[in-house]
Amino acid sequence: MILVLVETGADGAAVTSLETLTFARQLAGRLGTQSVEAMVTGSLEAAATVRDQLAAQGVESVHHAGGPGMDRYSAGAWATALAAVPSDYVMAAGTPRGSEILAHVAARAGTSMAANVVDVVDTDPVTVSRQVMGGAAFEQMRVDGSPTVITVAGHAVEPADAARPSDPAWREFEPELTEADLATAVVRVEEGEADNTSALTGARVVVGAGRGVGGADDFDDLLELTDLLGATLGASRVVTSLGWRPHYEQIGQTGSRISPDVYIACGISGAVQHWAGCQSAKTIVAINTDADAPMVTGADYAIVGDLHEVVPAINEELRRRTAPDAAE
Amino acid sequence: MTNVLICIKRVPEISGEILLSDDQYSIDARHVGYTLSAHDECAIELGVGLAKDTGGHARVLSIGAAGAAEQLRYAVAVGADSATLIEADPEAFGPADVAAAIASEVRQAQMSFELILVGNDAADTGDFQVGVRLAYQLDRPVLTGINTAEIRDATVLARGAGPQGVDVFEIPLPALIAVQEGGVEPRYPSIRGRMKAKRLKIEQKAAPLEPAGSGRVRLTLPEPKPSTVHMLGEGPDAAPALVDVLARSGVLNR
Ligand SMILES: Cc1cc2nc3c(=O)[nH]c(=O)nc-3n(C[C@H](O)[C@H](O)[C@H](O)COP(=O)(O)OP(=O)(O)OC[C@H]3O[C@@H](n4cnc5c(N)ncnc54)[C@H](O)[C@@H]3O)c2cc1C
Ligand SMILES: Nc1ncnc2c1ncn2[C@@H]1O[C@H](COP(=O)(O)O)[C@@H](O)[C@H]1O
Repeated sequence: MILVLVETGADGAAVTSLETLTFARQLAGRLGTQSVEAMVTGSLEAAATVRDQLAAQGVESVHHAGGPGMDRYSAGAWATALAAVPSDYVMAAGTPRGSEILAHVAARAGTSMAANVVDVVDTDPVTVSRQVMGGAAFEQMRVDGSPTVITVAGHAVEPADAARPSDPAWREFEPELTEADLATAVVRVEEGEADNTSALTGARVVVGAGRGVGGADDFDDLLELTDLLGATLGASRVVTSLGWRPHYEQIGQTGSRISPDVYIACGISGAVQHWAGCQSAKTIVAINTDADAPMVTGADYAIVGDLHEVVPAINEELRRRTAPDAAE
Repeated sequence: MTNVLICIKRVPEISGEILLSDDQYSIDARHVGYTLSAHDECAIELGVGLAKDTGGHARVLSIGAAGAAEQLRYAVAVGADSATLIEADPEAFGPADVAAAIASEVRQAQMSFELILVGNDAADTGDFQVGVRLAYQLDRPVLTGINTAEIRDATVLARGAGPQGVDVFEIPLPALIAVQEGGVEPRYPSIRGRMKAKRLKIEQKAAPLEPAGSGRVRLTLPEPKPSTVHMLGEGPDAAPALVDVLARSGVLNR
């Protein structure tokens, strides 16, 4: 049996968890001997939605770990809940929580763990292909021990419904938690960067800023463009590392993953780790002095030029077209 | 007083093009060199600060090739007090081996380390597990994805980005924390720091165990995608063509 940890929120199951369920179902289909079951935890804000989503994914049964200890996040407690359901494979999305919880599962079971898996290439012995180097390369890795512990890389598969929905058996249980499981629980949640990140992940238009901008004081043109388009500003890691912009604006492997209608990448070279965060944009435009930059060659449209000349011209054109007495 | 042990990994510089060795088992870093991952740099910054605030000692530790001395010296240049190198073939060591070797070093060290910091995930292998495995080896509580931390009496108050906001944790010392970039700003080495690092004697040790391995079979690189870019032109003259693209994408009508 393949047990999938499903992360949930106010809107139901996380997209990355649905991807993981699809990944698990495809593996089960190939193996022919495995079924897929799901684990959900805590007070489940959107229980009805989650139930529908899991049925659509063809999940055979759902284990709901509840009780007072499961209301606040603690990796150890979640791992105890997973271990209470014997399985051949334990999977979670390669999110911060998914990775943390499965590391506990693997450390306790004395098995290996493969992070950011994109494919199971063999099952005897279990061998996976997984992202390494921030997504720039793949490693074929043998995963030893039982259960096989795997986190699934974001966007490794598109979430897809099963051919036929299931009517999953729903089992409520209260895992037996230890003091150590509870000692590392979240004591409170403060407002902060996470809120700002959601502006970026939900934005229709994103203007991206890279090292080519030049310095912390050189953002006026880009901020005006952002304003004229009702867009959200994002940045490369160089820009956040240099402190030109706050870290929550970072796009990429270690920042936000965006999926806007249009992404305008200005002065960004387009390292794989940056592409990891922006490749889901519908239309990608690059502005760069270097016509051979990977951001340019991988984009849908590009302008070759100095962004401090090109962006003011775009702003000018936008103001002209949106002026009340525009001729067109 | 809190003594802090900061575990760092020497990793190939991988922000540009990646080349594989002929046997496809490793990254060929001859032309690009080595560095520290951003998480590890933040772990150093955080650890050095916490040790200093409490009058404790900050030691850096790396398991790897002799060349890892370069990264250890860098850590000393930005404030660490001492450095230990456990010399081993880093490719032979999987994350469980690394955790076991660090645990063994912690148990034998003359100094007791109330706080151990690691990076959240290594920039090269991205295993996301050394910190957690080490915590089980040493029977300590562990947090991952932590941006900032402060020591209050015998506890650590730590913050990290959660799905709904900033998650706040409070755990008793001795403890282990996996640090994620974004909370602290790693400093640059000062001239004095560089001098100190140059003079530093790195404590060198042999690996305390035979590694079981990482399970790696080989590495592969993704297929390059053919370019389908539509060039709109050069310089400011191309601006109207770009605004046309925006109009066609339906993002101008607000
Ligand atoms: C494990 C790991 C995770 C990482 N995660 C991320 C991540 O999440 N996000 C991320 O972005 N990076 C990430 N990186 C870093 C990444 O590898 C690159 O170093 C980074 O994206 C480069 O940023 P940049 O494009 O702004 O800078 P550069 O690579 O320096 O590119 C600057 C570009 O600007 C152009 N330029 C210069 N001047 C001008 C001008 N006047 N007008 C127009 N163009 C100009 C140049 O031609 C160049 O293409 C990660 C790296 C690792 C190893
Ligand atoms: N060979 C090593 N020597 C010292 N620390 C290491 C080593 N490998 C990993 N680490 C630490 O463990 C963290 C997480 O690595 P990983 O679990 O492999 O992704 C790294 O950021 C380092 O802080």
